[in-house]
Amino acid sequence: MKKIIELKNISKSFDGETVLDHIDLDIYDNEFLTLLGPSGCGKTTTLRIIGGFEQPDAGDLVFMGQRINDLPPHKRSVNTVFQKYALFPHLNVFENVAFPLRERKAPKAEIEEKVNEMLALVKLSNLAKRRISGLSGGQQQRVAIARALIGHPKVLLLDEPLGALDLKLRKDMQQELKKIQKATGITFVFVTHDQEEALTMSDTVVVMSEGKIQQIGTPIDVYNEPVNAFVADFIGESNILDGVMLADYKVRFSGQTFPCVDAGFAPREAVDVVVRPEDVDIVPEDKGQLRGVVTSVTFMGVHYEVIVDIGGFKWMIQTTDFVDVDEHIGLYIEPDAIHIMKKSEYSGLYGDYSSFSNELDELEEDPAPAEESEAEE
Amino acid sequence: MKQALTRRRTAGLLAPYSVWALLFILVPLAFVAYYAFTDDTFAFTTEHILRFFTAKSAVDGVEVRTYLLIFWRSLKLALISTAVCLLLGYPFAYIMARAGQRTQKIMLTLIMIPMWMNFLIRTYAWMTILQDTGILNGLLSALHLGRVHIIGTETAVIIGMVYDYFPYMVLPLYSIMAKLDPRLLEAARDLGCNSLSTLRRVIFPLSLPGVLSGVTMVLIPSVSTFYISQKLGSGKFFLIGDAIEGQYTANNLHFAAAIAFILMLALLFCMALMKYLTNRQVYGGETP
Repeated sequence: MKKIIELKNISKSFDGETVLDHIDLDIYDNEFLTLLGPSGCGKTTTLRIIGGFEQPDAGDLVFMGQRINDLPPHKRSVNTVFQKYALFPHLNVFENVAFPLRERKAPKAEIEEKVNEMLALVKLSNLAKRRISGLSGGQQQRVAIARALIGHPKVLLLDEPLGALDLKLRKDMQQELKKIQKATGITFVFVTHDQEEALTMSDTVVVMSEGKIQQIGTPIDVYNEPVNAFVADFIGESNILDGVMLADYKVRFSGQTFPCVDAGFAPREAVDVVVRPEDVDIVPEDKGQLRGVVTSVTFMGVHYEVIVDIGGFKWMIQTTDFVDVDEHIGLYIEPDAIHIMKKSEYSGLYGDYSSFSNELDELEEDPAPAEESEAEE
Repeated sequence: MKQALTRRRTAGLLAPYSVWALLFILVPLAFVAYYAFTDDTFAFTTEHILRFFTAKSAVDGVEVRTYLLIFWRSLKLALISTAVCLLLGYPFAYIMARAGQRTQKIMLTLIMIPMWMNFLIRTYAWMTILQDTGILNGLLSALHLGRVHIIGTETAVIIGMVYDYFPYMVLPLYSIMAKLDPRLLEAARDLGCNSLSTLRRVIFPLSLPGVLSGVTMVLIPSVSTFYISQKLGSGKFFLIGDAIEGQYTANNLHFAAAIAFILMLALLFCMALMKYLTNRQVYGGETP
């Protein structure tokens, strides 16, 4: 695969506050890459640097082998779908999409043909003459995509484009974006704080936090083999415990020794142990490797979310079996359900469900996502 | 039911303003029209309206239609002043809207300060500046740049109009431009526009409503002004405002009303035309 964009050691700060801290990232031709992270992690700034709306303080931005740090946006073969679409309110749908073609004075017939082709791709052919203010959010979204794609950029940047849509429409647009990306063969760089969206759409997920890249990998890698407690917690639900590697394939946590599939740690090395809630089996108390008391049960539709107190640590378990509050149960964990991670700066911050609500945690840690752009600018 | 209640309440809240509008806007306008079409005995006549179009007098030995000439002169000076205001005010408003919060406030205050002073005093101040022995000529001769004769020329009248009405151009432009979404400018750059074409294709069309209200607010007072031309034009440029004032003080109420009425119609026509043209521009040719 061919590298199309390289970020080399890029740093950026606003008013003395570091937003990007020595970022290294390669983006390959024809891939769907997602920058994923909570508000203020630097993902939007990364996108704006690629788009040319911000200059990095240090480091190089390389586009197809050439350094383009100082190239203005209108000379880059990169287009952006903006967070709130930024459609031109004084132009109708057709003219919005035709905007870049008119700028380079394309012949009339070509404009007509290309715009209609683009509108067909995003299924808006019947709305060509409509005013922007007469469109729904989803339709505006499509106009923004058509407008950004019509110049056949090498790379399309999408800044949380689905954030303003309702859930069902968002799911449809996820599928459609993926289809458009396959059909056009254009590299998509997608920014989101929604981990589910990132996992469903991407070829590559880049998890960011506090201006640093935490992990780069396929959605499956990032979910199954998180590199640290931050990634494990941010992507999906995780029970994260303090553990010690006794030897290869043998880990001790919660006062018990478990067989596992990880090796290559120093003897008695302190580690973080991740167990996904869906990987835990509930068994009768006497047959469990661990024993605990159920403290809460929540019906989630497909499964129950059960919180179990085991020696003061609250585990989350997702199960289709019904258990009752105050029931004493046993837990059984398969060796390949235990993921071992090196200790990191994020150790001990995540993965205990005693303060159960993620929502509450996020509210306490971050401002609302809508405020992100301000925080980052 | 509830909606009807809300509507009734809104109507109630509007009542004082409706009465105000009726008493001080509609009734006077009706009176202007009434006087324009009646004679001294208040019998219907078109005599005064016709007089505006037909009255003749001799200027430098040439016979001209007096009031049409005056009207044309007023319109010309007003259009030039409005154009100058727009050319100066547009970049000024743009720079102001893009400046930092503090700078914006300072510029806004600077624009407003002259408005706190009396209009007559401002015009007198320009007289002392522009006079043949005034401040400007004093400055020029001190710098050995010769002297200029401005007072009593059209230039002086235009300078006075531009100075007096500049804030009315800048403020509506500024308020529109300050609201312009910076993402739209980024989008334009992203889609291949350099600074100039961003201005031409995005900023300018989106600021047209501001241009329209700025032009309205400068054109109307400058077309009907009489004071500026009397003082800075040394009374040499008889404008339509002077004509109205003159007829009025000569107790020729009906003819004064006729001139005012025609002026009003002409301005309304200009405004409607401009609104039509800008609407076309703003919505990409589609009828809104």
